[in-house]
Amino acid sequence: MPSVITANRLEDGIVVYLSEDDKWLTDLASARVADDEADLENLSAIAGQAAADQLIVSAYSMAVDLNEGTPQAKSVREQIRASHRPTIIAVTEIH
Amino acid sequence: MYSYDEFDRDFLRDRNREFRTQVERRLAGQLSEDEFKPLRLMNGLYLQLHAYMLRVAIPYGVLSTRQLRQLGMISRRWDKGFGHWTTRQNIQFNWIKLVDVPDILEALAEVDMHAIQTSGNCIRNVTADPFAGAASDEIEDPRIWAEVLRQWSTNHPEFTFLPRKFKIAITGALEDRAAIAFHDIGIRIVGGPNATIGFRIYVGGGQGRTPYVAQEMNEFLPPNQLLSYLEAMLRVYNLHGRRDNIYKARIKILVNAIGVDAYRNQVEEEWERIRGEEIDLPTDEVARIRAHFAPPELPAKPVDNTELRKARAQDSGFDRWVRHNVLPHKNPDHAIVSVAFKESGRPPGDATAEEMQRVADAADRYSRGEVRVTYTQNLILPNVARADLVDLYEDLKFAGLVAGNTDLITDIIACPGLDYCNLANARSLPIAQDITARFADPERAEAVGELRLNISGCINACGHHHSGHIGILGVDKKGTEHYQITLGGSPGDDAAIGDIVGPSFPAEDVPDAIEIIVDTYLAQRRDDETFLATYARVGADPFKEALYGTPR
Repeated sequence: MPSVITANRLEDGIVVYLSEDDKWLTDLASARVADDEADLENLSAIAGQAAADQLIVSAYSMAVDLNEGTPQAKSVREQIRASHRPTIIAVTEIH
Repeated sequence: MYSYDEFDRDFLRDRNREFRTQVERRLAGQLSEDEFKPLRLMNGLYLQLHAYMLRVAIPYGVLSTRQLRQLGMISRRWDKGFGHWTTRQNIQFNWIKLVDVPDILEALAEVDMHAIQTSGNCIRNVTADPFAGAASDEIEDPRIWAEVLRQWSTNHPEFTFLPRKFKIAITGALEDRAAIAFHDIGIRIVGGPNATIGFRIYVGGGQGRTPYVAQEMNEFLPPNQLLSYLEAMLRVYNLHGRRDNIYKARIKILVNAIGVDAYRNQVEEEWERIRGEEIDLPTDEVARIRAHFAPPELPAKPVDNTELRKARAQDSGFDRWVRHNVLPHKNPDHAIVSVAFKESGRPPGDATAEEMQRVADAADRYSRGEVRVTYTQNLILPNVARADLVDLYEDLKFAGLVAGNTDLITDIIACPGLDYCNLANARSLPIAQDITARFADPERAEAVGELRLNISGCINACGHHHSGHIGILGVDKKGTEHYQITLGGSPGDDAAIGDIVGPSFPAEDVPDAIEIIVDTYLAQRRDDETFLATYARVGADPFKEALYGTPR
């Protein structure tokens, strides 16, 4: 099952994804996709190091759907995280 | 209201300095997340779905306008321009950066506020009747005793690592507006012989996975024994509460496992042993605290009833607002005013920085500079002269905060749900918005009458769904958001836990289901019977039949 690694950035808590060149980016579409267990172990090791280096917290892997190779969140929860906002019109956007 | 002394301020300064160095050590890698997490939680800082969330304590829901403005400033400067009134009379900021937290805590300390004990297995912020000091049915101002409890429970060394979190609520009025039956300890101030007052103590209430209505523990506790008695209650819980299973760790599980009588016996035994140990406050210390809550001088300001009647006749919105949001004050020239954050389409409880500013301005002008937060996620102006109602309404109208729907179906309690919360299974806020849109016609909501509708996004029940007349609980059903509906709950003097009406509904069917329930109620209602009274009389069957069809 194709998977990516997600986490929150330590200094501000923003949702990030492990992307190319071991960068942590906010865009799920940029995430590196692990196609098998060995790939995922490799990415998890990078995440472990990033946590030790105070870049990120609470990293975990999540299964994704692929749309022409681009990862997309499966669950409502991960869709909300990937969108970086609530699904409602925020109170500041009402008036 | 209570104001900090030098001791309070020094304590807070030290504590904030300590946390600043802890944040620095975390960012420098000298503390791991495992080491840092309990430290940040002790300062109210959670990591949620999108960012860090800071929960700030509002002691017993009482705010000065200076504090309210500062909360607005914090949301503007360090968040996205809004905050969220919680169901425990606190405020949460949803988009906080860890690196900013030390500065935010300093800004809070400038106005005698903090985020201590808004998380963790300690005694949390004590909640109280939001009408305290102003209610027409009040026996004694509960803020005095809430403040006594605040001082006793803050940094209490023995109760910093309880088996689980611990929530206390207190009311001093005839009507319970603090949901005391759904707290670990509920306290009701009652009158005794010879014009004395005392405390009726309840224990073991709570919502969550295993909801219970609290049971009576002590019918009449003399006021000068409150702290030693509570100390004994907490000690027995601290010793015997379960630490092996987080779901069975609250005091409600202990009390219901051994029975309230057995629990009481153990408490009384412990109380006998410790009550001589000077835990209780000396009378002059209680008097010192009481003096902070002296009733405000409310100059006579007779209302011109002809003018008021005319204004009501000319503006149906104002008339409705007076009917639902203007409540009796102990001084007949004055009123308690509910400022509703529940206009149709709004996420319940969210408040912008500008709205905080405007309410603070209105409170300075019309309410002696005092504001309260309710657990139903609205604000209260406790001391408004009836003669000022028209002017106040105009100011609030300008702020967009004049929904005249207090305690109606659109005055929904909702937790942040899956839009923000790491624990949630389903979203709460879109469901609340859909239901308020469905009942957006204020005349229709008013025709339905008093109806408490509460929504939680998971079984932890922060949205108080168990105590809603109609409760909605979000559940995860094979990866999709579903909602279970309960009927017949109540947070008040007739406290009750709602009954699950049947199988859950997908999100898109919830507004229809609520409409069917309301229509069934209206069809069954006799005279001006409330929803709860009708439900008690006819039972769940007509609602089940309307929702799910005739059982085969």
